Amino acid sequence: MLSAPVQEQINRELKKYPADQKQSAVMAALRFVQDEKGWISTDDMSDIASYLGMPEVAVLEVATFYHMYNLKPMGKHTITVCTNLSCTLCGAEDTVAYLRSRLGIGMGEVTADGKYGLREGECMGACKDAPLFTINNKKLCGRLTHEKIDQILAELDKS
Amino acid sequence: MINIEIDGKLVETERGSTVMDAAHKAGVYIPHFCYHKKLSIAANCRMCLVEVEKAPKPLPACATPAADGMKVYTHSEMAVKAQKGVMEFLLINHPLDCPICDQGGECQLQDLAMGYGGGASRYAEEKRMVSPKEIGELISTVEMSRCIQCTRCVRFGQEIAGQMELGMANRSEYAEIVSFVNSAVESELSGNMIDLCPVGALTSKPFRYTARNWELSRRKSVSPHDGLGASLAVHVKDNKVLRVVPVENEAINECWISDKDRFSYEGLNSPDRLTRPMIKQNNQWIEVEWSAALEYVANGLRQITSGAGADNIAALATPHSTLEELYLLQKLVRAMGSDNVDFRLRQSDFSLVTQGTPWLGMPIAELNSCDRFLIVGSFLRKDQPLIAQRIRQAVKLGAQANVVHAADDDLLMPVANKAIVAPSKMADMLAQILKALVMHKEAAMPPELLEVAVGDAAKAIAESLATGERSAVLLGNLAQQHTEASLLASLANQIAELSGAKFGFLAEAANSVGGHMARAVPESGMNAMQMLEKPRKAYLLLNVEPELDMHNPDLAISAMKQADMVVAMSAYKHNAIEYADVLLPIAPFTETSGTFVNNEGTVQSFKGAVKPLGDARPAWKVLRVLGNLLDIPGFDYDSSEAIRDEALSTSNKPGNRIDGISYKKNQTGAVLERVTDVPIYFADALVRRADALQKTPDAAMPSARMHKDEMQRLGLNPGDEVRVAQGSASARLKVKRDDRLPLGVVRISAAHPATAGLGPMFGEISLERA
Repeated sequence: MLSAPVQEQINRELKKYPADQKQSAVMAALRFVQDEKGWISTDDMSDIASYLGMPEVAVLEVATFYHMYNLKPMGKHTITVCTNLSCTLCGAEDTVAYLRSRLGIGMGEVTADGKYGLREGECMGACKDAPLFTINNKKLCGRLTHEKIDQILAELDKS
Repeated sequence: MINIEIDGKLVETERGSTVMDAAHKAGVYIPHFCYHKKLSIAANCRMCLVEVEKAPKPLPACATPAADGMKVYTHSEMAVKAQKGVMEFLLINHPLDCPICDQGGECQLQDLAMGYGGGASRYAEEKRMVSPKEIGELISTVEMSRCIQCTRCVRFGQEIAGQMELGMANRSEYAEIVSFVNSAVESELSGNMIDLCPVGALTSKPFRYTARNWELSRRKSVSPHDGLGASLAVHVKDNKVLRVVPVENEAINECWISDKDRFSYEGLNSPDRLTRPMIKQNNQWIEVEWSAALEYVANGLRQITSGAGADNIAALATPHSTLEELYLLQKLVRAMGSDNVDFRLRQSDFSLVTQGTPWLGMPIAELNSCDRFLIVGSFLRKDQPLIAQRIRQAVKLGAQANVVHAADDDLLMPVANKAIVAPSKMADMLAQILKALVMHKEAAMPPELLEVAVGDAAKAIAESLATGERSAVLLGNLAQQHTEASLLASLANQIAELSGAKFGFLAEAANSVGGHMARAVPESGMNAMQMLEKPRKAYLLLNVEPELDMHNPDLAISAMKQADMVVAMSAYKHNAIEYADVLLPIAPFTETSGTFVNNEGTVQSFKGAVKPLGDARPAWKVLRVLGNLLDIPGFDYDSSEAIRDEALSTSNKPGNRIDGISYKKNQTGAVLERVTDVPIYFADALVRRADALQKTPDAAMPSARMHKDEMQRLGLNPGDEVRVAQGSASARLKVKRDDRLPLGVVRISAAHPATAGLGPMFGEISLERA
């Protein structure tokens, strides 16, 4: 079952679309679930499917197509590092290496305490700030240096 | 209409059609994989790239609208270079395992690779692997690496089957066809995905690795199952049927067939097949020669005729028997002086008199262009899968489907209005609709409707029908098997007349219409129900398994047990060994010539595809010899065609007009009544023995299904074992929750050994914890 707040959020989203095209809200619905739980399980996909009156496999298609949906638990803070061209030219490889050594995990992994997850991402459309990563797809952190990464992690450690 | 030039050929094509459509018209073949004329345009395989004059780059023919004066070159240097390029890319990840691929020899990719592929690949890197998926008993996905992502299977599910069970997960080189978390594909049309798959990614599980395409002979045939009469190609090797595929027939089955038509052939090779005539002597079954068996039958019939009287002979046949078989059976029985012959085995109310043979009332293809439907008492998807498909297409174009039924089974299409009521209230619901329609049309109110209170559902349905221009009122299997079938038909007929709709019966079986045309129904004698209620001394059973094929299995078995002589003509050894005296092995549809008359009245004859198994013989020959032994004149046919022509010359022509039966409210006070469906894979002797189909969810063990409130009222939980009883007949079943049922009913499937001890399909039923 989708939680009441998620249902409420989806209902608000549904007002943007014609009544017979409820499945237009599927991307938003997946986002709401991920915001709430940190990731989207296949059970959640079933729930979304029945809530929006669409086939389960169609929800799966969307959830697996877009990179920003977590299909397994990715920790409290999911750090997604862009590894596309601009960021790589500006040192994304070093960013990744530093994060791996700081967190002790590889790409697609989660720290043992469940606090941090590390993912590879695609271009965020902010190449002027390369290299960069996002936290939980919400906060963009750019012009990364080791010091800046330490600073960001220290702040996250506190929360 | 616009003119377009393809490879120098001028063709006229409709505005809005594509270059691909125009090429078809011009008889020019453009290579393609994802394009299919019955599916939406995906344009994702890129194989159909062609050169269009003034276009800077090649365009996909399937997705390019034809424009007036357009010049298209399908084999120009540019086009062929593009096509070869696409082919090279398609083959990058395709495992070149044709020698061990089940599709080898009938593979579009293999064929086109011969024309457009290179002799060797420039790609030396590793190919991608896709893990096999588990999607049920019918379709194998073990070699998913062969998939070229054309998405035909996905689009088929969405657009034709009405349920999207397969999808494309992930993207880029990780894209793969999946079902949701490896769930099984349950569509009753799923087998068509095997045909649609242009490579060997989706293959037929029962057929896999049994034969190569070029070893098979193809014989045309007609489906022996539902009333549609789909055109089939029976594929044969070494006198054995190895698979069945559709033959395109736009007027009937288009290019599809149901899974029942496709996979039932497994039953033809079942170990249950009866291959030798047998006689029971001193309670022992002994195999005998045909001549001895038929002499025995003829003597028995003579003795009963001269002793107890010809009236004591009864003949029952399934509507899956051919026109010729049914015609000879009634001719034989009538020549002996009896009029007790019937094929309407699951019917219970025989008082309906139509002006001619009940039929669909219109051509099947016309369903697609109807704009209003009233479907009364039909498990449409399971009873007539491809008629459901046509109605689904009509609904997609804006038609409104209205349903009056005793179970709200998902039709996989939007239903405009529905009235789901217990069987005993269906007549009242139709009366309400009729009354609402009378009021809407301001016609004269028939006096018997004055007392009827019109509800909202009835009003909405009447409103929908009244606003239609091409409406159809269709009576399903349940409505015809209903204890008030004649009243339902009469009311539906009046509704149709008042709303200007076509009125039709959905035929229960392949030859339901043919049975009437063969006059295999009593004129003055007993009908199928009376023959059981007043047990006869002799029964001739043609394809019938009485406890599975008849309205009241309990009554049927007791009548069989009381009889002096039961002659079971059957392709299978079945329960008849308990009560029959003679078993005559007859040929199933692939082993005999014959004729089925389908729902729209099309007479479709077919020839045998293989020789009869063992000593089995076509039933028309058996009946002919029996006629000769009984010295009946006019039994000297030398071909099934001669019988067919005689049968058709005396047949009842199709006609649905009913002389009105006036509505009377029924007074049944049953607290709990039975709703019965005949599950798709139990419906006839052949499909009951098709192994793969029997493993699908549609062939699940029958249970006692109830609405959750009904369960609560009775203090039951899902999974509880209960004893359901109808009079002295009873069965033990598990309770299952089904909120799609109305209150006051228990739904119990028929045609299964677990429920073969029960009584009639409808009426009062009691239930207690076992």
